[in-house]
Amino acid sequence: MSDNQGPVWEIFLQKKAGQPFVHCGSLHAFDKEMALQNARDLYTRRNEGVSIWAVPSNAIVASSPEDIGPFFEPANDKVYRHPTFYQIPDAIGHM
Amino acid sequence: MEVNKFEDVFEGKLAKNEMVEPKDWMPDNYRKHLIRQISQHAHSEIVGMLPEGNWITRAPSLRSKVVLLAKVQDEGGHGLYLYTAAETLGISRDELLDNLHTGKAKYSSIFNYPTLTWADIGAVGWLVDGAAIMNQVMLQRTSYGPYARAMVRICKEESFHQRQGFEIMTRLAFGTEDQKAMAQDALNRWWYPTMMMFGPPDAESPNSENAMKWRIKRETNDQLRQRFVDQTVPQVQYLGLTVPDANLKWNEAKKGYDFSEPNWVEFKNVISGNGPCNKERLAARNKAHNDGAWVREAAQAFAKKRNEIYVAA
Ligand SMILES: [Fe+2]
Ligand SMILES: [Fe+2]
Repeated sequence: MSDNQGPVWEIFLQKKAGQPFVHCGSLHAFDKEMALQNARDLYTRRNEGVSIWAVPSNAIVASSPEDIGPFFEPANDKVYRHPTFYQIPDAIGHM
Repeated sequence: MEVNKFEDVFEGKLAKNEMVEPKDWMPDNYRKHLIRQISQHAHSEIVGMLPEGNWITRAPSLRSKVVLLAKVQDEGGHGLYLYTAAETLGISRDELLDNLHTGKAKYSSIFNYPTLTWADIGAVGWLVDGAAIMNQVMLQRTSYGPYARAMVRICKEESFHQRQGFEIMTRLAFGTEDQKAMAQDALNRWWYPTMMMFGPPDAESPNSENAMKWRIKRETNDQLRQRFVDQTVPQVQYLGLTVPDANLKWNEAKKGYDFSEPNWVEFKNVISGNGPCNKERLAARNKAHNDGAWVREAAQAFAKKRNEIYVAA
């Protein structure tokens, strides 16, 4: 059976100008233009966004669940990356 | 990691109410169960467009026409969200569609009943979408991430579907004698098929146990059915209509209604292809798919010509 639905695209929506793009789902389309139009029809029927990114699914590189430990743990013991690690003299107040 | 380690991680996620994501290890049977359930759900959304689409050109006013059109369009969208959720489990869209078109895959038995009058469009929105919503609200917390996220989006969109159906029922039930009779007739025909939507009684439901164990479902068929009856009876009373069940009675002890079971023999018949509209529905889907073949081919050729080819992921 031939796959004649076109490739899969991941769709990201920006809710309002200035906000980050958030993944909302995927769809099939044959080209960029169709991907955008389908995304408009499928994911923004109720003004869910003002801007759309469509990315071919196979262009996405993802970390794998088995690597959660080795990949993200190095950040755990670096408390000095957070402002709460430092003491500011009371006399200074807010910094 | 060995298989049993993977299994521990999976079980651990379920125990902590965490979601399972596409790249996570999962037992084969969990994957199979999900593919079956999500694809059935997707097919139901798509086939479900047919009984309502039947009335778009005959809607009694421009307002009711745009409303019905928007609703049916939503259902098409729901089908697409669900197909892509199923595809994250490693089945292709082509295979999913093929399973529907050949009759290998099932869809909800409810869509094999005909929509004979405009009142049926009211009854479908009110009862059928009402029952679907009850099931879908539960599924927003299902254990498979892509399915749960599709459900959140779907539930947001569903909320107007039931209201527009109830509005149609209200107009008819408070209209002329003939209109009220039409509303009652639609209720009579849709009540039991709607009850069947929750699936067979728990004692006879072959897939329920796993679905509960894996937190795919969080409530049983019978629990959802009871909740549906308890929620709907006051709405029937408001409309001044009668539930077509002589055994319907408030049970103070269980704080819920006692009611008659639908005819499960009929349910099995409809599921296995012998409902009033099974053949018509499948024929319509096959025709639509085949008639659209040239569009897919043209789109592919056009993308090729512009040298914009993305390999199917
Ligand atoms: Fe739907
Ligand atoms: Fe709906």
